[in-house]
Amino acid sequence: MEINDFIKKFANIFEETDPASIKADTVYSELEEWDSVMLLSLISMVDEEYGIIVDVDELSETRTVEDLFNYVNSLS
Amino acid sequence: MKKAFIKHVAYYLPETVVTNEAIVKDFPEWSVEKITEKVGVNQRHVSAPGETATDLAEKAAVRLFEENNIDPASIDFILLCTQSPDYFLPSSSCLLQTRLGLRQDVGAFDFNLGCSGYIYGLAVAKGLILAGVANNVLLLTAETYNKYLHPKDKGNRTIFGDGASATLVSDDGVAEILDFALGTNGKGANNLIVKSGASRLPEQQNDLTFDKNGNPVSSDYLFMNGAQIFAFTQRNVPQVINEVLDKNHLAKQDIDLFILHQANRYMLDFLRKKMGIPEENFYIHMENVGNTVSTSVPICLVEAHKDNSLRGNVLLCGFGVGYSWGAVVVKMNK
Repeated sequence: MEINDFIKKFANIFEETDPASIKADTVYSELEEWDSVMLLSLISMVDEEYGIIVDVDELSETRTVEDLFNYVNSLS
Repeated sequence: MKKAFIKHVAYYLPETVVTNEAIVKDFPEWSVEKITEKVGVNQRHVSAPGETATDLAEKAAVRLFEENNIDPASIDFILLCTQSPDYFLPSSSCLLQTRLGLRQDVGAFDFNLGCSGYIYGLAVAKGLILAGVANNVLLLTAETYNKYLHPKDKGNRTIFGDGASATLVSDDGVAEILDFALGTNGKGANNLIVKSGASRLPEQQNDLTFDKNGNPVSSDYLFMNGAQIFAFTQRNVPQVINEVLDKNHLAKQDIDLFILHQANRYMLDFLRKKMGIPEENFYIHMENVGNTVSTSVPICLVEAHKDNSLRGNVLLCGFGVGYSWGAVVVKMNK
């Protein structure tokens, strides 16, 4: 799993947010568009793209996109 | 060996309709298009004040009897799936025995399950028939989750619709009930719950707070952790579907129609793609009724029957509060 590729896929789940504004150190839950439905999109993206089923509590502890990548990567 | 069949199905929805336009009036930050796209529901029926799940169940049963010329005296067992009984006691199914004018030598009990309830009802009904306890089981599902929702609960108010269904399960009929796969995991209890009002927390807790997305969280209303429920279905639904296929010695391609509990459009699309089921074999009917909990699968059976998509092997699957889940294959006569 490669971080830049992950960031690209993560940025793709947003509809209104500019993909270029999402970087490794972005605190994703503070993005304007982020809400509970986006969390579902994230869970399904990780399953569809990587075949990984996340643990929601563990996932919720991540802050930045890099944390998120590290967590998902740890399950691969 | 005796067999059990679904013979007839009917459903009833309360008269009051709540459209997305009406909901967005309370939530200006939410749009009609967004609800339609994400949730897949344009309108839902909501029970009136004073109208209970028992009332809806009665109307569904009367409709079943009338539409199919069923003599109420032929019923020898009532099963009612509800999490919204009229009283703690007696069981609503006992009230329905009298309200429907059924014989007194019938068995009746309620069982408390949500979105998996119809599958469990079929399992119990089949057991009663195969054991020779009953020949004509009236399986009812009835739910009024809207009464449990906080007025500011935007997400759940868009998802849930109220309604009831009535199914005649008999020793003859049109859809043979084959083998089941069932599952339970109480670890998920807190992710979909109404905490107060029963024995553990009898008093109202008055502990309303709002989460960071502005959604109300309170012990006195229905709480659903959407992400946890989503993750639960992602793990368990494909698994139970594989289990029920194995038990029936069938492959995915042998199933002519998949009818899953109509949780929400987003989840259904996700599950369908994850399991690689073609759209034409995957039934969706929730646009005008919403997620009707234990009534969603029987509503789909009625609608699929109307549009002639019920044939061959039909896989039914329910999943949700508990956690509780289950699946069964029914084999159509045609």
